[in-house]
Amino acid sequence: MSFINYSAREINFKVVYYGPGLCGKTTNLEWIYKVSKPEAKGKMVSLATETERTLFFDFLPLDLGEIRGFKTRFHLYTVPGQVFYDASRKLILRGVDGVCFVADSQDARMDANLESLENLRHNLEEQGFNLDELPYVVQYNKRDMPEVLPVAELSPSLNPTQVPEFEAVAIDGTGVFETLKGLARQVIQKQRGS
Amino acid sequence: MLNPQLALYDEELTEIREVADRLHQDSRARTILIVDKNGQLIAASGVDAELDTTSLSSLVAGNVAATGGIAKLIEEEEFTGQYHEGKEISVHMTIVARRIILVVLFDKNTTQGLVRLRVKKANEALTGIFDALAAKPKGAQEDVFKEITDEDIDNLFGP
Ligand SMILES: Nc1nc2c(ncn2[C@@H]2O[C@H](COP(=O)(O)OP(=O)(O)O)[C@@H](O)[C@H]2O)c(=O)[nH]1
Ligand SMILES: [Mg+2]
Repeated sequence: MSFINYSAREINFKVVYYGPGLCGKTTNLEWIYKVSKPEAKGKMVSLATETERTLFFDFLPLDLGEIRGFKTRFHLYTVPGQVFYDASRKLILRGVDGVCFVADSQDARMDANLESLENLRHNLEEQGFNLDELPYVVQYNKRDMPEVLPVAELSPSLNPTQVPEFEAVAIDGTGVFETLKGLARQVIQKQRGS
Repeated sequence: MLNPQLALYDEELTEIREVADRLHQDSRARTILIVDKNGQLIAASGVDAELDTTSLSSLVAGNVAATGGIAKLIEEEEFTGQYHEGKEISVHMTIVARRIILVVLFDKNTTQGLVRLRVKKANEALTGIFDALAAKPKGAQEDVFKEITDEDIDNLFGP
Protein backbone atom coordinates (compact mmCIF):
# COMPACT_ATOMS: atom_id res chain seq x y z
CA MET A 1 0.00 0.00 0.00
CA SER A 2 1.08 3.52 -0.61
CA PHE A 3 3.20 5.23 1.98
CA ILE A 4 2.75 8.97 2.39
CA ASN A 5 5.47 10.84 4.18
CA TYR A 6 4.01 14.26 4.97
CA SER A 7 7.22 15.31 6.62
CA ALA A 8 9.46 14.69 3.61
CA ARG A 9 6.52 15.48 1.30
CA GLU A 10 6.74 12.31 -0.70
CA ILE A 11 4.44 9.48 -1.63
CA ASN A 12 5.53 5.94 -2.49
CA PHE A 13 3.59 3.41 -4.52
CA LYS A 14 4.28 -0.23 -5.26
CA VAL A 15 3.38 -1.68 -8.66
CA VAL A 16 3.97 -5.22 -9.88
CA TYR A 17 4.57 -6.57 -13.39
CA TYR A 18 2.96 -10.01 -13.57
CA GLY A 19 2.80 -12.57 -16.37
CA PRO A 20 4.04 -15.96 -17.59
CA GLY A 21 7.72 -16.85 -17.75
CA LEU A 22 9.71 -15.11 -20.51
CA CYS A 23 6.89 -12.74 -21.51
CA GLY A 24 9.18 -9.74 -21.01
CA LYS A 25 8.55 -8.40 -17.49
CA THR A 26 12.22 -7.97 -16.66
CA THR A 27 12.80 -6.44 -20.10
CA ASN A 28 10.16 -3.76 -19.35
CA LEU A 29 12.05 -2.73 -16.21
CA GLU A 30 15.40 -2.85 -17.99
CA TRP A 31 14.11 -0.47 -20.63
CA ILE A 32 12.68 1.92 -18.06
CA TYR A 33 16.00 1.82 -16.23
CA LYS A 34 17.97 2.38 -19.41
CA VAL A 35 16.17 5.52 -20.54
CA SER A 36 15.34 7.16 -17.20
CA LYS A 37 17.44 10.10 -16.08
CA PRO A 38 20.09 9.19 -13.51
CA GLU A 39 18.55 11.47 -10.88
CA ALA A 40 15.12 9.85 -11.33
CA LYS A 41 16.12 6.25 -10.81
CA GLY A 42 17.71 4.15 -8.13
CA LYS A 43 19.68 1.00 -8.66
CA MET A 44 17.91 -1.90 -10.36
CA VAL A 45 18.07 -4.98 -8.18
CA SER A 46 17.57 -8.37 -9.83
CA LEU A 47 17.44 -11.54 -7.81
CA ALA A 48 18.02 -13.95 -10.66
CA THR A 49 19.36 -17.44 -11.29
CA GLU A 50 22.67 -17.98 -13.06
CA THR A 51 20.78 -18.19 -16.33
CA GLU A 52 19.21 -14.77 -15.75
CA ARG A 53 15.76 -16.08 -14.97
CA THR A 54 14.05 -14.09 -12.23
CA LEU A 55 14.33 -16.06 -9.00
CA PHE A 56 12.55 -13.82 -6.54
CA PHE A 57 11.99 -10.36 -7.97
CA ASP A 58 13.42 -7.44 -9.90
CA PHE A 59 13.12 -4.07 -8.23
CA LEU A 60 13.46 -0.57 -9.66
CA PRO A 61 12.71 2.61 -7.72
CA LEU A 62 11.64 5.46 -10.00
CA ASP A 63 10.81 9.10 -9.29
CA LEU A 64 8.12 10.34 -11.60
CA GLY A 65 8.38 13.96 -10.51
CA GLU A 66 6.28 16.19 -8.29
CA ILE A 67 2.55 16.60 -7.92
CA ARG A 68 1.51 19.62 -5.91
CA GLY A 69 4.82 19.68 -4.13
CA PHE A 70 4.81 15.97 -3.38
CA LYS A 71 7.57 13.80 -4.75
CA THR A 72 5.91 10.84 -6.46
CA ARG A 73 7.94 7.67 -6.26
CA PHE A 74 7.08 4.31 -7.78
CA HIS A 75 8.61 1.05 -6.70
CA LEU A 76 8.43 -1.31 -9.67
CA TYR A 77 8.61 -5.05 -9.06
CA THR A 78 8.47 -8.08 -11.34
CA VAL A 79 7.56 -11.58 -10.24
CA PRO A 80 9.21 -14.83 -11.34
CA GLY A 81 6.97 -16.27 -14.03
CA GLN A 82 7.56 -20.00 -13.78
CA VAL A 83 4.71 -21.96 -12.28
CA PHE A 84 6.77 -23.44 -9.44
CA TYR A 85 7.65 -20.04 -7.97
CA ASP A 86 4.10 -19.43 -6.82
CA ALA A 87 4.98 -18.89 -3.16
CA SER A 88 7.36 -16.07 -4.12
CA ARG A 89 4.77 -14.45 -6.36
CA LYS A 90 2.31 -14.27 -3.50
CA LEU A 91 4.84 -12.51 -1.30
CA ILE A 92 5.58 -9.89 -3.94
CA LEU A 93 1.89 -9.05 -4.37
CA ARG A 94 1.64 -7.99 -0.74
CA GLY A 95 0.79 -4.36 -0.33
CA VAL A 96 0.54 -3.77 -4.07
CA ASP A 97 -1.02 -0.52 -5.38
CA GLY A 98 -1.32 -1.52 -9.03
CA VAL A 99 -0.64 -4.40 -11.42
CA CYS A 100 0.47 -4.64 -15.04
CA PHE A 101 -0.24 -7.98 -16.66
CA VAL A 102 2.32 -8.59 -19.39
CA ALA A 103 1.04 -11.08 -21.94
CA ASP A 104 3.22 -12.83 -24.49
CA SER A 105 1.47 -12.21 -27.83
CA GLN A 106 2.76 -15.40 -29.44
CA ASP A 107 0.16 -17.95 -30.39
CA ALA A 108 2.06 -20.72 -28.64
CA ARG A 109 2.01 -18.82 -25.32
CA MET A 110 -1.75 -18.32 -25.09
CA ASP A 111 -2.26 -21.13 -22.58
CA ALA A 112 0.59 -19.83 -20.44
CA ASN A 113 -0.98 -16.35 -20.50
CA LEU A 114 -4.34 -17.66 -19.41
CA GLU A 115 -2.85 -19.75 -16.64
CA SER A 116 -0.83 -16.81 -15.33
CA LEU A 117 -3.81 -14.47 -15.41
CA GLU A 118 -5.89 -16.93 -13.43
CA ASN A 119 -3.02 -17.32 -11.01
CA LEU A 120 -2.84 -13.52 -10.59
CA ARG A 121 -6.51 -13.25 -9.76
CA HIS A 122 -6.29 -16.13 -7.33
CA ASN A 123 -3.16 -14.90 -5.55
CA LEU A 124 -4.59 -11.41 -5.19
CA GLU A 125 -7.71 -12.83 -3.64
CA GLU A 126 -5.57 -14.67 -1.13
CA GLN A 127 -4.10 -11.31 -0.12
CA GLY A 128 -7.55 -9.80 0.20
CA PHE A 129 -7.51 -7.92 -3.13
CA ASN A 130 -9.98 -8.05 -5.99
CA LEU A 131 -8.33 -7.57 -9.39
CA ASP A 132 -11.42 -5.71 -10.62
CA GLU A 133 -10.96 -3.05 -7.96
CA LEU A 134 -7.24 -2.61 -8.32
CA PRO A 135 -5.47 -0.17 -10.68
CA TYR A 136 -4.69 -2.53 -13.52
CA VAL A 137 -3.47 -2.52 -17.13
CA VAL A 138 -2.69 -5.20 -19.71
CA GLN A 139 0.30 -5.16 -22.05
CA TYR A 140 0.52 -7.34 -25.18
CA ASN A 141 4.26 -7.74 -25.57
CA LYS A 142 6.49 -9.18 -28.30
CA ARG A 143 4.43 -7.64 -31.09
CA ASP A 144 7.54 -7.97 -33.29
CA MET A 145 7.49 -11.77 -33.26
CA PRO A 146 6.31 -13.64 -36.36
CA GLU A 147 3.54 -15.82 -34.92
CA VAL A 148 1.57 -13.32 -32.86
CA LEU A 149 -2.17 -13.31 -32.42
CA PRO A 150 -4.03 -10.10 -33.33
CA VAL A 151 -4.99 -7.96 -30.33
CA ALA A 152 -8.63 -8.36 -31.33
CA GLU A 153 -8.19 -12.02 -30.55
CA LEU A 154 -6.08 -11.67 -27.41
CA SER A 155 -8.18 -8.98 -25.78
CA PRO A 156 -11.48 -10.84 -25.19
CA SER A 157 -9.77 -13.61 -23.21
CA LEU A 158 -6.88 -11.73 -21.59
CA ASN A 159 -8.72 -8.50 -20.90
CA PRO A 160 -12.37 -9.40 -20.39
CA THR A 161 -13.01 -6.35 -18.18
CA GLN A 162 -11.49 -4.02 -20.80
CA VAL A 163 -8.99 -2.16 -18.66
CA PRO A 164 -6.50 0.04 -20.56
CA GLU A 165 -4.38 -2.17 -22.84
CA PHE A 166 -1.14 -1.51 -24.68
CA GLU A 167 0.84 -3.17 -27.46
CA ALA A 168 4.55 -3.39 -26.82
CA VAL A 169 7.93 -4.53 -28.01
CA ALA A 170 9.78 -4.30 -24.73
CA ILE A 171 13.23 -5.01 -26.22
CA ASP A 172 13.13 -1.76 -28.19
CA GLY A 173 10.96 0.16 -25.73
CA THR A 174 7.83 0.39 -27.86
CA GLY A 175 4.82 0.80 -25.59
CA VAL A 176 6.82 0.44 -22.37
CA PHE A 177 6.30 3.97 -21.03
CA GLU A 178 2.75 4.14 -22.35
CA THR A 179 2.01 1.08 -20.24
CA LEU A 180 3.66 2.48 -17.12
CA LYS A 181 1.94 5.81 -17.59
CA GLY A 182 -1.44 4.11 -17.98
CA LEU A 183 -0.88 2.27 -14.74
CA ALA A 184 0.55 5.23 -12.82
CA ARG A 185 -2.43 7.33 -13.85
CA GLN A 186 -4.85 4.83 -12.32
CA VAL A 187 -2.79 4.42 -9.17
CA ILE A 188 -2.72 8.16 -8.53
CA GLN A 189 -6.40 8.56 -9.42
CA LYS A 190 -7.21 5.90 -6.85
CA GLN A 191 -5.16 7.78 -4.27
CA ARG A 192 -7.26 10.83 -5.06
CA GLY A 193 -10.30 8.74 -4.29
CA SER A 194 -12.03 8.56 -7.64
CA MET B 1 -7.12 -5.26 3.74
CA LEU B 2 -3.96 -6.64 5.26
CA ASN B 3 -1.80 -3.57 4.93
CA PRO B 4 -3.74 -0.35 5.16
CA GLN B 5 -2.05 2.71 3.74
CA LEU B 6 0.67 4.14 5.88
CA ALA B 7 0.57 7.90 6.36
CA LEU B 8 3.15 9.54 8.57
CA TYR B 9 3.17 13.16 9.70
CA ASP B 10 5.92 15.33 11.19
CA GLU B 11 4.87 14.41 14.68
CA GLU B 12 5.33 10.64 14.33
CA LEU B 13 8.33 10.92 12.08
CA THR B 14 10.12 13.06 14.61
CA GLU B 15 9.42 10.48 17.29
CA ILE B 16 10.52 7.62 15.04
CA ARG B 17 13.73 9.41 14.09
CA GLU B 18 14.46 10.04 17.75
CA VAL B 19 14.15 6.33 18.47
CA ALA B 20 16.47 5.56 15.56
CA ASP B 21 19.04 8.13 16.67
CA ARG B 22 18.96 6.94 20.26
CA LEU B 23 19.37 3.32 19.19
CA HIS B 24 22.21 4.31 16.90
CA GLN B 25 24.05 5.95 19.78
CA ASP B 26 23.26 3.53 22.58
CA SER B 27 24.01 0.38 20.60
CA ARG B 28 27.15 1.84 18.98
CA ALA B 29 25.90 0.40 15.69
CA ARG B 30 26.83 1.79 12.29
CA THR B 31 23.41 2.23 10.80
CA ILE B 32 19.78 1.96 11.81
CA LEU B 33 17.01 1.59 9.23
CA ILE B 34 13.31 1.55 9.93
CA VAL B 35 11.55 -0.05 6.99
CA ASP B 36 7.92 -0.70 6.18
CA LYS B 37 7.20 -4.40 5.49
CA ASN B 38 6.52 -3.47 1.87
CA GLY B 39 10.10 -2.32 1.50
CA GLN B 40 9.74 1.43 1.88
CA LEU B 41 12.22 3.26 4.05
CA ILE B 42 10.61 5.24 6.87
CA ALA B 43 13.58 6.58 8.80
CA ALA B 44 17.30 6.03 9.18
CA SER B 45 20.20 6.99 11.37
CA GLY B 46 23.92 6.75 10.67
CA VAL B 47 23.66 6.47 6.91
CA ASP B 48 26.70 7.42 4.85
CA ALA B 49 26.50 8.49 1.23
CA GLU B 50 27.57 5.14 -0.20
CA LEU B 51 24.80 3.15 1.40
CA ASP B 52 21.98 2.47 -1.05
CA THR B 53 19.14 2.53 1.48
CA THR B 54 16.41 2.13 -1.14
CA SER B 55 17.77 -1.17 -2.48
CA LEU B 56 18.60 -2.30 1.02
CA SER B 57 15.07 -1.63 2.24
CA SER B 58 13.52 -3.57 -0.61
CA LEU B 59 15.84 -6.54 -0.08
CA VAL B 60 15.30 -6.55 3.68
CA ALA B 61 11.55 -6.61 3.11
CA GLY B 62 11.93 -9.41 0.55
CA ASN B 63 14.02 -11.37 3.00
CA VAL B 64 11.56 -10.90 5.86
CA ALA B 65 8.67 -11.82 3.56
CA ALA B 66 10.47 -14.98 2.47
CA THR B 67 11.30 -16.12 6.00
CA GLY B 68 7.74 -15.27 6.97
CA GLY B 69 6.63 -17.59 4.18
CA ILE B 70 8.91 -20.31 5.52
CA ALA B 71 7.49 -19.83 9.02
CA LYS B 72 3.99 -20.26 7.68
CA LEU B 73 4.90 -23.46 5.84
CA ILE B 74 6.35 -25.07 8.94
CA GLU B 75 3.48 -23.69 11.01
CA GLU B 76 5.71 -21.54 13.09
CA GLU B 77 4.38 -18.15 14.05
CA GLU B 78 6.27 -15.38 12.31
CA PHE B 79 9.99 -15.36 13.15
CA THR B 80 10.38 -12.17 15.11
CA GLY B 81 14.04 -11.62 14.38
CA GLN B 82 16.95 -12.52 12.14
CA TYR B 83 20.65 -12.22 12.45
CA HIS B 84 23.30 -12.46 9.76
CA GLU B 85 26.93 -12.41 10.74
CA GLY B 86 29.47 -11.05 8.29
CA LYS B 87 33.24 -10.67 8.48
CA GLU B 88 33.07 -6.92 8.91
CA ILE B 89 29.44 -6.05 9.29
CA SER B 90 26.56 -7.97 10.79
CA VAL B 91 22.86 -7.39 10.34
CA HIS B 92 20.15 -7.66 12.95
CA MET B 93 16.50 -7.45 11.90
CA THR B 94 13.43 -7.33 14.13
CA ILE B 95 9.76 -7.11 13.26
CA VAL B 96 8.01 -4.37 15.19
CA ALA B 97 4.27 -3.94 15.63
CA ARG B 98 3.79 -6.58 12.92
CA ARG B 99 4.35 -4.14 10.07
CA ILE B 100 7.73 -2.49 10.56
CA ILE B 101 11.24 -3.91 10.25
CA LEU B 102 13.95 -2.52 12.46
CA VAL B 103 17.36 -3.09 10.86
CA VAL B 104 20.69 -2.63 12.64
CA LEU B 105 24.01 -2.81 10.80
CA PHE B 106 26.94 -3.11 13.17
CA ASP B 107 30.64 -3.91 13.26
CA LYS B 108 33.36 -4.75 15.80
CA ASN B 109 32.67 -1.47 17.57
CA THR B 110 29.91 -3.17 19.52
CA THR B 111 28.59 -6.63 20.36
CA GLN B 112 25.55 -8.59 19.39
CA GLY B 113 24.53 -8.65 23.06
CA LEU B 114 24.49 -4.88 23.38
CA VAL B 115 22.67 -4.51 20.07
CA ARG B 116 19.99 -6.94 21.18
CA LEU B 117 19.52 -5.20 24.48
CA ARG B 118 19.11 -1.77 22.89
CA VAL B 119 16.90 -3.12 20.12
CA LYS B 120 14.53 -4.42 22.75
CA LYS B 121 14.12 -0.92 24.17
CA ALA B 122 13.72 0.63 20.75
CA ASN B 123 11.18 -2.03 19.85
CA GLU B 124 9.00 -1.04 22.80
CA ALA B 125 9.20 2.64 21.92
CA LEU B 126 8.36 2.02 18.26
CA THR B 127 5.50 -0.30 19.13
CA GLY B 128 4.01 2.51 21.18
CA ILE B 129 4.34 4.97 18.31
CA PHE B 130 2.86 2.67 15.67
CA ASP B 131 0.04 1.47 17.91
CA ALA B 132 -0.91 5.08 18.58
CA LEU B 133 -0.73 5.79 14.86
CA ALA B 134 -3.04 2.88 14.09
CA ALA B 135 -5.54 4.16 16.65
CA LYS B 136 -5.45 7.72 15.29
CA PRO B 137 -8.59 8.80 13.44
CA LYS B 138 -7.98 9.13 9.70
CA GLY B 139 -8.37 12.28 7.69
CA ALA B 140 -7.68 14.65 10.53
CA GLN B 141 -4.87 16.18 8.52
CA GLU B 142 -4.71 17.74 5.08
CA ASP B 143 -5.35 15.50 2.13
CA VAL B 144 -3.52 17.03 -0.80
CA PHE B 145 -4.36 14.15 -3.07
CA LYS B 146 -8.04 15.00 -3.22
CA GLU B 147 -7.16 18.07 -5.25
CA ILE B 148 -5.04 16.40 -7.90
CA THR B 149 -6.30 16.96 -11.45
CA ASP B 150 -5.83 14.76 -14.51
CA GLU B 151 -3.58 17.48 -15.82
CA ASP B 152 -1.30 17.18 -12.79
CA ILE B 153 -0.96 13.48 -13.54
CA ASP B 154 -0.20 14.07 -17.22
CA ASN B 155 2.47 16.58 -16.29
CA LEU B 156 4.32 13.93 -14.33
CA PHE B 157 5.59 12.29 -17.48
CA GLY B 158 6.59 15.52 -19.12
CA PRO B 159 5.45 16.72 -22.53
N1 LIG C 1 11.44 -10.37 -29.82
C1 LIG C 1 11.18 -9.91 -28.59
N2 LIG C 1 11.79 -10.44 -27.53
C2 LIG C 1 11.51 -9.97 -26.30
C3 LIG C 1 10.58 -8.92 -26.10
N3 LIG C 1 10.51 -8.66 -24.77
C4 LIG C 1 11.36 -9.52 -24.17
N4 LIG C 1 11.97 -10.31 -25.09
C5 LIG C 1 12.95 -11.38 -24.85
O1 LIG C 1 12.30 -12.45 -24.18
C6 LIG C 1 13.16 -13.07 -23.26
C7 LIG C 1 12.54 -13.10 -21.87
O2 LIG C 1 12.39 -11.79 -21.38
P1 LIG C 1 12.35 -11.46 -19.83
O3 LIG C 1 12.16 -10.01 -19.71
O4 LIG C 1 13.52 -12.06 -19.13
O5 LIG C 1 11.04 -12.26 -19.40
P2 LIG C 1 10.40 -12.41 -17.95
O6 LIG C 1 10.54 -13.84 -17.60
O7 LIG C 1 8.96 -12.04 -18.16
O8 LIG C 1 11.10 -11.49 -17.01
C8 LIG C 1 14.46 -12.29 -23.29
O9 LIG C 1 15.36 -12.97 -24.13
C9 LIG C 1 14.05 -10.96 -23.91
O10 LIG C 1 15.10 -10.35 -24.61
C10 LIG C 1 9.92 -8.36 -27.25
O11 LIG C 1 9.09 -7.46 -27.19
N5 LIG C 1 10.27 -8.90 -28.47
MG1 LIG D 1 12.04 -11.91 -15.21
